[in-house]
Amino acid sequence: MMQNVLLTIALAPLAAAIIAGLGGRWIGRVGAHSVTILGVAVSFVLSAWVLKGQLLDGAPAFEGAVYTWLVSDGIRMQVGFLVDHLTALMMVVVTFVSLMVHVYTIGYMHDDDGYTRFFAYISLFTFAMLMLVMSNNFLQLFFGWEAVGLVSYLLIGFWYTRPSAIFANLKAFLVNRVGDFGFLLGIAGIVHFTGSLDYGRAFHLAPQIAQQSFTLFEGQSWNAMSVICICLFIGAMGKSAQVPLHVWLPDSMEGPTPISALIHAATMVTAGIFMVARMSPLFELSQTALSFVLVIGATTALFMGFLGIVNNDIKRVVAYSTLSQLGYMTVALGASAYGAGIFHLMTHAFFKALLFLGAGSVIIAMHHEQDMRRMGGLRKYLPVTYWTTLLGALALIGFPGFSGFFSKDALIEAVAESRVPGHAYAAFCVTAGVFITALYTFRMIFMTFHGEERMDAHTREHLHESPWVVTLPLVLLAIPSVVVGWFTVGPVLFHGYFDGAIVVRPEHDVLGEIGREYTTPLAFTAHAFTSLPLYLAAAGVALAWLLYLRRPDLPARLRTALAPVYRVLDNKYWFDWVNENVIAAGSRAVGRLFWRVGDEFLIDGALVNGSARTVGWLAAVTRHVQSGYLYHYAFAMIIGLSALLAWLLWRT
Amino acid sequence: MHSSLLSLLTWLPILGGVAVLLVGDARASVARWLALAVALAALAASVPLYLGFDASSAALQFVERMPWIPSLRSDYYLGIDGISLPLILLTTLSTVLVVIAGWTVIEKRPAQYFAAFLIMEGLMIGVFSAADALLFYVFWEAMLIPMFLIIGIWGGARRIYATIKFFLYTFLGSVFMLVALVYMYLKTGDYSLAALYRLPLSLTEQVLIFLAFFAAFAVKVPMVPVHTWLPDAHVEAPTGGSVILAAIMLKMGGYGFLRFSLPITPDAAHALDWLVIGLSLVAVVYIGLIALVQQDMKKLIAYSSIAHMGFVTLGCFVGYEIAAATGGYGGATLALSGAMVQMISHGLVSGALFLCVGVLYDRLHTRDIGAYGGVINTMPVFGAFMVLFAMANAGLPGTSGFVGEFLVILASFKANFWFAFLAAMTLILGAAYTLWLVKRVVFGAVANDGVASLKDLNGREFLVLGVLAVAVLALGVYPKPLTDVMEPTLRHVVQLMSVSKL
Repeated sequence: MMQNVLLTIALAPLAAAIIAGLGGRWIGRVGAHSVTILGVAVSFVLSAWVLKGQLLDGAPAFEGAVYTWLVSDGIRMQVGFLVDHLTALMMVVVTFVSLMVHVYTIGYMHDDDGYTRFFAYISLFTFAMLMLVMSNNFLQLFFGWEAVGLVSYLLIGFWYTRPSAIFANLKAFLVNRVGDFGFLLGIAGIVHFTGSLDYGRAFHLAPQIAQQSFTLFEGQSWNAMSVICICLFIGAMGKSAQVPLHVWLPDSMEGPTPISALIHAATMVTAGIFMVARMSPLFELSQTALSFVLVIGATTALFMGFLGIVNNDIKRVVAYSTLSQLGYMTVALGASAYGAGIFHLMTHAFFKALLFLGAGSVIIAMHHEQDMRRMGGLRKYLPVTYWTTLLGALALIGFPGFSGFFSKDALIEAVAESRVPGHAYAAFCVTAGVFITALYTFRMIFMTFHGEERMDAHTREHLHESPWVVTLPLVLLAIPSVVVGWFTVGPVLFHGYFDGAIVVRPEHDVLGEIGREYTTPLAFTAHAFTSLPLYLAAAGVALAWLLYLRRPDLPARLRTALAPVYRVLDNKYWFDWVNENVIAAGSRAVGRLFWRVGDEFLIDGALVNGSARTVGWLAAVTRHVQSGYLYHYAFAMIIGLSALLAWLLWRT
Repeated sequence: MHSSLLSLLTWLPILGGVAVLLVGDARASVARWLALAVALAALAASVPLYLGFDASSAALQFVERMPWIPSLRSDYYLGIDGISLPLILLTTLSTVLVVIAGWTVIEKRPAQYFAAFLIMEGLMIGVFSAADALLFYVFWEAMLIPMFLIIGIWGGARRIYATIKFFLYTFLGSVFMLVALVYMYLKTGDYSLAALYRLPLSLTEQVLIFLAFFAAFAVKVPMVPVHTWLPDAHVEAPTGGSVILAAIMLKMGGYGFLRFSLPITPDAAHALDWLVIGLSLVAVVYIGLIALVQQDMKKLIAYSSIAHMGFVTLGCFVGYEIAAATGGYGGATLALSGAMVQMISHGLVSGALFLCVGVLYDRLHTRDIGAYGGVINTMPVFGAFMVLFAMANAGLPGTSGFVGEFLVILASFKANFWFAFLAAMTLILGAAYTLWLVKRVVFGAVANDGVASLKDLNGREFLVLGVLAVAVLALGVYPKPLTDVMEPTLRHVVQLMSVSKL
């Protein structure tokens, strides 16, 4: 029974994707969006039913195999489901956001030629993402992992005639492949030490793995668990866009906005966070790996936030915000506050999807203009978009009582409690990040919706609120963005919701530490008024107000005054430059060198054609011996005979 | 079990090819239909081979044995096991597709063209089913002739250079193999493979024999540094030639390692495994980088083939290093499984990619990447296929391209972290050269009038690519039927390779 329900959840979007993808020509636009929305709606309703069963009716976690993929050398590789509290929560988040995005797409892609293709892709994505979160083994995890990457590739390059889009999707795929490279090695390590791809077996044998050592370089021994966990985390760094593998995410904004919301904010990019939380029984056993996770996450959280301040493209600002928030989630993982990471993942999925869809609504109204310098004062033209986006922004900066407030505050406190090496740096980054977040978020709000109207007259005349298929998802996402934290912070974070799904060693249990003081959401909110982050956020909003509403002349002057800093930020710390001019160009140069020198000059030139030439030359030389003159031959015979005789005489 | 199925599979295409030849180029249409009928009959005949195969046994099946050259005690001895069967199925399938793909494209001497492919099909099936070393050698060398002609007659501008290079390269390698076979025959007085497996050999003998085999098989695979014939051969070969070359002929090398090198010279293979593993990893990285900078689509896919075949040779030999690292051969079968799946998958995927290039070449008569761009605007169906096969070539899970690489990487990790590390570089390099190709050819705005004039796939092309697409996806989603057939045989090979002959 349960297995059939879960199969339906996963396969309904796949079936819809196939029908819309292969049959789009016959079923038409309405057919395509109807069938895919139906598929995802079925998944959402059933996922919600599964979550309810586990949460309220105390249903046990489900684990079972669906089919055996391959058996070799005694290793049984299966496709199967593991649905516990962690998975059930992810399933609901994924299918809900996906459903909202499906509806929104009807409006956003209304005039696009690739309408049916787009629906097929996002449904396919939903299937892949569900397979990823529902997996009970590393094989299927990797399947889902790469499959979401594939759909992301297809969707970033959705407008395939744009050079920037097909550059961005190749870049996204390759950078993700660097992550997957590490991920695959981590999986190979698991198989090496456990002889199985199943989570259950890996978790069961984890303590033994942590006892093993591993020689990477001669004379240097590593803890096997640290090697495996760091390799796995490199995968997460690719998918969840952590420094230095973050470079693909801002460029991914070349794709249509609905997928920026669905894939590059709410779901796919959180796969890495989910994966590390799922692997908590492994990560808990390696302090080294946790420390690595913590530092990478902290760096991403703060330094990507800075970039949001200098960007003028509304979608890219939200994208940098996503990077920074993913860093926050990663920090939580490194501090062993996996629950806080997942909790922030959930609230972020709602408010960031909302912010992206809000930005998309602005972009529709502005006729696909994304530069905030040509916006301003949109509040009165787009009231629904304005208010919902504002709610999302407040959730993002952690306005007391909003969903983002609970998740971010819990996370910051957890990091403050952590004693993993690097915790002081991490605590600084996440606290300072609050100020930065508020600054760039309200800079965006003010530049877009307030102040002077900077668009041209033609655009202004045509400004109007988006149709209901666009605004309805905004409203439906705004509701959880505001309230979901209040209702879930206690049960999810502090009342053992993740028990059994997430394992935390007692000495790492920072959330438990905070939980002891936790009573009610109200008290939690009140407590925030006595701590720093709230005031930092307020200061950030105030500064944004000063710079972009009160004294709009100041930013330009600041830019001149702080020219070196601005240059660093404007060039995005030169990551892209290095990737393109050193790594990519270097690989091509090495490839060309190998080809011209190795293959063409040495092997083909010297050995293959060289030996052919040598034979030819030898033949040409010996040819002269065969002159055809009898006296030449007679002379040679005489010489030869006398030499032979001389040799014989000399021997005796 | 007595049956004449293998003889039928071997001789039906050969005799059918002769018949097509007799029909002649003047009656091209009759020749084509006859060729298709023969190819389909062979494909149909290979179905009972699969259905009747006992997958639980490692023993030779469908055995046929009768005296062939009594004075040399060489028999006409055919039989297949779990290694041969998938390769034979790949051969019969590929030939049908190649015949369909060449249907109207080949205007010059069509009957001879189809006949060459049919005869080659029979010879290749002979190679995969021969259980007598001399018989094997005859098929092995005979197989060169049709391919020599295919490249030399229906090839591109530099076809003569390419085909002679191909012939000399492979022939030079094979001669050493003959010497080794004769040497062993002089010791056993018997050419049957089973006798050679039992033959005790000193380490010096084994090393020399191993190197002789190595010369033959490494060229066929091809391994670095004896790979340079392949890009030239592929570039000049007609589409069908490229497909058969990539899909089947390259597999002869891997097949030879499994059939000859590992069981006959286990100690030498053990002693020299570093050489093979080293060259395999070089193939993945060095060749991967070279593939990145190719401007000719066929050359790019040819280099990609070499890099992919690196996984086959790595998988074949990494078992010894697993034993050295862990003290047991657990994981060696996994590696061999990976190598075999990689061979089958590569046959499908690179065959399909060469067909894709052929589709474009037939329309615009150039293979230069720079001459394309934005093909998907005018050929959306073709574009979808091309992206699918490119993803399979990049080893995307869910396609067959993933399975073999995955298994080999898992096994290599057991031997040495750095083997797995270098092998896994293919994740990045493979994606880079394949998807960059896709970006430049398929995506983008319409680049020029040539691209603007392109017509999408016709029914014939759609059929061929569609069959391959289904096979690539089926193997990726459910590889168990394939690996189940091979598993007992591969376990047997591991047993043979792990027992010392000293």
